[in-house]
Amino acid sequence: MRAVGIIFSNIHDNDVPELARTRTLGSIPFGGRYRLIDFPLSNMVNSGIDTVGIITKSNYQSLMDHVGSGKDWDLARKDGGLIFLPPFGDLGNDSLYTSRLEALKGVTNFIERADEEYVVLTDCDAVCRINYNDVIEKHIRSHADISVVYKSFIPNGQEMPTCTDLTLDEDGRIVKLNYKVKTTGAKMNVPLNVFVLKKSLLHNIVLDSISHNIHHFMSEVIGGNLKSLKIVGYEHTGFYAGITSLQAYFNSNMSILKSENRNELFGDRNVFTKIRDSAPTKYGNSAIIKNSMIADGCEIEGEVENSIIFRNVKVARGAVVKNSIVMQGTVIGERSLLNCIIADKKVVIRDKKILSGSENHPFYIGKGIMI
Amino acid sequence: MIRKKKCIAMLLAGGQGSRLYALTNNIAKPAVSFGGKYRIIDFPLSNCVNSGIDTVGVLTQYQPLILNDYIGNGQPWDLDRTFGGVHILSPYQGKKSSDWYKGTANAIYQNMHFMQQFNPDYVLVLSGDHIYKMNYATMLNYHILNGADCTIAAIDVPLSEASRFGILNTNNDGSIYEFEEKPKKPKSTLASMGIYIFSAQKLFKYLEEDSQNPSSSNDFGKDVLPKMLNNGEKMMAYRFEGYWKDVGTIDSLYEANMDLLGDAPNFDVTDSSWKIQSRSPLAPPHYMGDNAKVVNSIIMSGCEIEGTVENSVLASSVIVKKGAVVKNSIIMSDVTIDEGAEIEYSIIDENTIVGKDVIIGEPKSSKKGIAVLSRNIQIEDGVKIAGGEMIDKNVTKEAE
Repeated sequence: MRAVGIIFSNIHDNDVPELARTRTLGSIPFGGRYRLIDFPLSNMVNSGIDTVGIITKSNYQSLMDHVGSGKDWDLARKDGGLIFLPPFGDLGNDSLYTSRLEALKGVTNFIERADEEYVVLTDCDAVCRINYNDVIEKHIRSHADISVVYKSFIPNGQEMPTCTDLTLDEDGRIVKLNYKVKTTGAKMNVPLNVFVLKKSLLHNIVLDSISHNIHHFMSEVIGGNLKSLKIVGYEHTGFYAGITSLQAYFNSNMSILKSENRNELFGDRNVFTKIRDSAPTKYGNSAIIKNSMIADGCEIEGEVENSIIFRNVKVARGAVVKNSIVMQGTVIGERSLLNCIIADKKVVIRDKKILSGSENHPFYIGKGIMI
Repeated sequence: MIRKKKCIAMLLAGGQGSRLYALTNNIAKPAVSFGGKYRIIDFPLSNCVNSGIDTVGVLTQYQPLILNDYIGNGQPWDLDRTFGGVHILSPYQGKKSSDWYKGTANAIYQNMHFMQQFNPDYVLVLSGDHIYKMNYATMLNYHILNGADCTIAAIDVPLSEASRFGILNTNNDGSIYEFEEKPKKPKSTLASMGIYIFSAQKLFKYLEEDSQNPSSSNDFGKDVLPKMLNNGEKMMAYRFEGYWKDVGTIDSLYEANMDLLGDAPNFDVTDSSWKIQSRSPLAPPHYMGDNAKVVNSIIMSGCEIEGTVENSVLASSVIVKKGAVVKNSIIMSDVTIDEGAEIEYSIIDENTIVGKDVIIGEPKSSKKGIAVLSRNIQIEDGVKIAGGEMIDKNVTKEAE
């Protein structure tokens, strides 16, 4: 294969501090049975990339537990496959990397060892299906030095108070980059933190940046080299959900209840995830379900509407769950009422509790909390 | 040091399952779907793993493709081992002879070399057509404590049904003094479950002798076990209490599926201390639409439900469109049920497409029996299929 993949699992942890407190952004549960890293990782596999490095920084236990040997993505290989790249402490410098470039410097061995000519860099904050082959194809055809995948849309100010906007000329070359500007309700070309470039160029950029004290990939490397390098945009026209805040996380989950989004994301059954064994979900005599996604292993006796329910959740008789995201192993007691709630894993809601957030401000309940 | 296993299992999965008719047209009985997520073979395999038996030979012969594919390297059951693990054992061609498996004992006999390479002390013989959860380790302990040569698992059945089974007549200490194969007037209600533990050397000896006997039908129940008993070997009955169901017929397969439903189901697959492992499909969580209505049912991932589902078991990626009604039925994976179709008291096998406004089956009370549709067929819009019918090819409106 001609490209090696690198996934940054931690980069946007601070965007959703609630959910990333005990895990990496990459291991945040999504869509009833997935973790955010499943999307870039599956995109890699579906694009034929079979050497993938995962860069981690902190709190990566849950990520390692999820990804394991890479077997469930068909990435447990003798040659290549999935490689975990935890921070590599230099002698005499025991602080962790603070930027994408420093992180890349820490994995130069991995990059150099690969035979592939190109590198695909991606983060875990975009839920979408992208064929990286098409990006590489276009990259080669347009003789680009760096390709940046972007989506053209009107950002929701509530989800993304600021975002980066690209200006492209008619040939698709990026001529201007406005880093983290306020969203105004106008259409913007928002980069999805997916980059394609030659391995050799990446290597030079990393070394160069370190020696010139450049830290920021998007604003300084991309933004600062628009003239000296040919940096082109690749427009992603399909479904995209950015996990840029808790609100965005909530809305993104809700957006896959729409059948067109769900079909685009999962229609071909090509989003891989860790396979766990749960019994099928069981509905009782009093269950009422509307417009919801429900994973395996649940026992539903109550009412569920407009919600995403993860594995092994119990909704007792008379309980009502509306507009909520309920993660794995959570138990909702009899006649409790939940509205606009994000319940993390293994939360226990006792009987007759009434909890409500609002659609513009979902209420988050931390892992293992008992109410 | 010679590497060895204390106990290995030999799973007889060659059954043609002819009484399952359309459901086993091109797959072996142990590969038939069960409970939305499982295949029948998941139960003995999971029982082995949960009982600490990590070496299993699966003897296949009839339509093994799907079964072999399903078992693969055994990874879903944690049976991908460097020494041991799961092995598919098909009949093979020898230098002097090549044979299909003739009887159950012959099938095991032909794989003598497989067993001997693990140098086992005990061999557990299982069949691949029962739904149950059982700790074979407890049975093995019982076998060892009693110094038995062969132990047969047995379950109490109602007297009225006893004449359908092989009946074990035992002394007070549990030792067997007589076998009766499907007796007209049973002396006891202790039925053999088709689960045997042999002390390995005894098994090898008797299989060898049996193979030399031209008048033998090479069957455990008919030949090997009676011979052992006649020769005065110590044979014990191990009483099993709990859920056990032979799913060899359409009716029993249906009943066993329905036993998973209800507030306090007769059979519980959710018990985390005795997990039933299986090869899981890679599908997103199932989706319930605005018009969905689901009562007392089991539904797997990948399903898209816009219609009504009552008292039914739906395997993965079943689509039930708007206005369609599924009642008291078992729908296997990847079936599509189009708008307005009505399914009642039926079993529909994998990948079949049911057209608009099709009516399949009749209520149980009609006494016509369960309607069965086999896999990969298409039922055209508006077709009506009566209760008890077995359909194994496409049905068009004209043909009806």
